[in-house]
Amino acid sequence: MAKVVKKIGDDISTDIIYPGRFMATVLPNETPQFAFADDKPFNEKLRKKEIAAGGIIVAGKNFGCGSSREQAASCLKGYELTIIAKNFARIFLQNSCNLGLNTVICPDFEGNEGDEVEYTKDKVTNKTTGKSFPITPLPKARQAIIDADGLIAYTRKRVLEKASK
Amino acid sequence: MGMTVVEKILARATDQASVKPGDIVEPAVDCAMSHENGALVISQFAEIYKGTDIKPKVWDPSKIVLVFDHRVPAESSKTATNQKKIREFVEKNGITRFHDIRGDCGGICHQVLPENGYVRPGYVVVGTDSHTTSHGALGGFSFGIGATEMASVWALGVILNVEVPGTIKVNVTGKFPKMVGPKDLILHLIGKISAGGANFKVIEFHGPTIKAMDTSGRLTICNMSVEAGATSGVVPGDEETIRYLKEEAGVKEDIELVLPDENAKYDQVIDIDVSKLEPQIACPHTVDNVKPIKNVAGKAINQIVIGSCTNGRLDDLETVRSIIKDKKVHKNIRMIVFPASARVYQQALDKGIINDLMKAGAVICNSGCGPCLGIHQGALADGDVALATTNRNFQGRMGNPNSEVYLCSPAVAAASALTGVITDPREGGK
Repeated sequence: MAKVVKKIGDDISTDIIYPGRFMATVLPNETPQFAFADDKPFNEKLRKKEIAAGGIIVAGKNFGCGSSREQAASCLKGYELTIIAKNFARIFLQNSCNLGLNTVICPDFEGNEGDEVEYTKDKVTNKTTGKSFPITPLPKARQAIIDADGLIAYTRKRVLEKASK
Repeated sequence: MGMTVVEKILARATDQASVKPGDIVEPAVDCAMSHENGALVISQFAEIYKGTDIKPKVWDPSKIVLVFDHRVPAESSKTATNQKKIREFVEKNGITRFHDIRGDCGGICHQVLPENGYVRPGYVVVGTDSHTTSHGALGGFSFGIGATEMASVWALGVILNVEVPGTIKVNVTGKFPKMVGPKDLILHLIGKISAGGANFKVIEFHGPTIKAMDTSGRLTICNMSVEAGATSGVVPGDEETIRYLKEEAGVKEDIELVLPDENAKYDQVIDIDVSKLEPQIACPHTVDNVKPIKNVAGKAINQIVIGSCTNGRLDDLETVRSIIKDKKVHKNIRMIVFPASARVYQQALDKGIINDLMKAGAVICNSGCGPCLGIHQGALADGDVALATTNRNFQGRMGNPNSEVYLCSPAVAAASALTGVITDPREGGK
């Protein structure tokens, strides 16, 4: 069970998640400090570790639209957040799966900040309201990478296979 | 079953007779481009080999392109250090398609690639930049990926786990009215189908209007296809593609076009007649918040930005000159111009365009992404309103969340520079 720590709307761009002016910072262990940097109260809560790992961001349609910057996924991964959205923009979803940021596609989810939420492979349950909502499975191609523990591990396996041939 | 352009390209790139949407494939890559975020690609590339006794080696240095454009010249020591790291990697790995901060061959990656003939019909192109969709203008399948995914491409030469996308066919007819062009078409389309309307899909452009459009215009529409969520935009190659590559990009080799089958299956077909299209404006803070200019005309602005991978080419600068030559940029306006590449800049110099723009009051900056993504140069003040020929107007995009960005064509930007307010170029500036 985890808490909804933030609820946001549709079309949340990577410029909101990780503003362009911090793009010179690239390493996954350095990017979290700039997560939602222009949303000062939320950014501060994250940096002060006032939000427990596993916290849930609930978003609308097209979360992560815009730039391919991987910092937008790595900065959220740094706090081990989970994103439940109606759907995700392609590159952001791909980056999240590659890096192991937890993304859940749940088109009908209803919930508010503070609600307690639980999810399985098939559905998200809002424990506060008692309602359950079906999950849209991730594309097969992406699930395979998550199952392999991310794209680095997946690629390493292929490199090793190639070398042993 | 017939195939779309991208299905055909993916079948070829995976040695198969055919593919269909939903298939998972591993296409071979013909061109792999990165810019300053190459610094992250390099560290992720090293990560792949960690714990193995294999020496990291890129699969084919001749297919890798690195271009500095996002922060040129470096705005901070951090950026300078990232650029240095990339320079050293380029040297060590024998990468020759490297475009450093230079006045002879530098520029924005999405201009440098076509200009140098690095992208061609039928190619599979990936770039660590979302506007990599641009290169579909030359008839290839070109899309943006993240840095870790690029590291994987550098190691293997293929893209792992690509799901063959479905395709939306956009059929464009009619002749553009005066002062209306490709930028207005793509803004209109994005407004029509929304910012997520083509998510995970390819937009394939067809029709007499596209046939008559030059490569510069095709780059504009493919570039912004990603603003409707598209994996890529593509214009099937034709005589214009061959002309551009031979005459402007210096390609000597034969060029083979990859064209869609007549019975290709599309997820959706959209018809657009441009003969009555008005200049279009994308209003804050989403690119799909598109309105005809009459709805926003008169809005006061502080900064005009002309340039970017969307509209910073020679014909764009030519359009701007035709409107502002021998006139003056309004006193309340800072007009900042970024030619898309060093070559475009030089051509604009030779044609006297730069001189005319400067005499009118414009500031000309070096080629690069400039203020488009708010990293350095041309940041906005609290409450500022910018009108830009760039591609995104997200909150905070130009470096300040308390500002607004409107997107438009070069003609609208130029007409508005003279008046200080959003102005319909068909009515002329002051």
